[in-house]
Amino acid sequence: MSRALRLLPIIFVVWIVGTFAWKLVQPSDTTVRSQLVNRQVPEFSLPAAVSGVPALRSAELSTGQPRLLNLFGSWCVPCIAEAPVLEDLKRKGARIDGIAIRDTPGALGAFLDRHGNPYERIGSDQNSSVQLALGSSGVPETFIIDGKGVIRFQHIGPIKPQDVAGILAKLEEVR
Amino acid sequence: MRALAILALAIATPVFAQSNMPPSYWGYRQLHDAKQEAQAQALMLELRCLVCQGQSIADSDAELAGDMRDLVRRRIAAGEKPGDIRAWLIERYGDWVSYRPSAAPIAWPLWAAPIILLLFGGAMVASRVKRRRL
Repeated sequence: MSRALRLLPIIFVVWIVGTFAWKLVQPSDTTVRSQLVNRQVPEFSLPAAVSGVPALRSAELSTGQPRLLNLFGSWCVPCIAEAPVLEDLKRKGARIDGIAIRDTPGALGAFLDRHGNPYERIGSDQNSSVQLALGSSGVPETFIIDGKGVIRFQHIGPIKPQDVAGILAKLEEVR
Repeated sequence: MRALAILALAIATPVFAQSNMPPSYWGYRQLHDAKQEAQAQALMLELRCLVCQGQSIADSDAELAGDMRDLVRRRIAAGEKPGDIRAWLIERYGDWVSYRPSAAPIAWPLWAAPIILLLFGGAMVASRVKRRRL
């Protein structure tokens, strides 16, 4: 057997060990991205989540104007931190609809009273079925939807004050 | 100091917050039709939980896993094929959501590896045997 061929298994082992070592030191990314970005919002129709705020149907997301679709819950702690940021986005012209995941009218009403209501409509998703249809895996998450009802961007986790400019720019970009 | 630590534990919020709602109807119930339930079970064992990412939705107690089991059982009960439900989820979350190895071109080297290693080993043994005979 030639010398080069003998080295082959050693090179192979070094390559495997190297790959493992490299992956071990890389910080792991556990965020789950929706594959529906750049595709039409799946069809859904959700009942009103709280009295006084209209219900939400998928058709109402394609109004010719880009909109934000925010998935949240009154039981979700990061959503409390996000609430004033959403208010700020609304003040700056963003139009926001919400989907309340696994929520009750009482708890949600108290949440909106306490942290403000930036939403034009809120649909109630009792068993996360619309969340799953959207390819979302947690709260809070925000989708940017263009005027034709196509999902253009997914923001995972709470929108922080430093993200506002970026979100507004994206809304302008998909107009 | 110890009292403070215990107090901190008491007021800490869990990492994976759970809502106050009861679990979905089919999250912790079996379908009445045993054949359909078996189909649902087999599929749930091969779907990844989106929250506890090392577990299948059959194993996980995360709320979203319960909702995914509810979705699987509802659709099976409505007569949908397990393969179609898997495809529906892959369309939304990518191949990653399914534990069943994919036959996509990117996985071909993986499928070929055992055959290649076997051939390589066979060739090595054959050359040794030949050398010894000489």
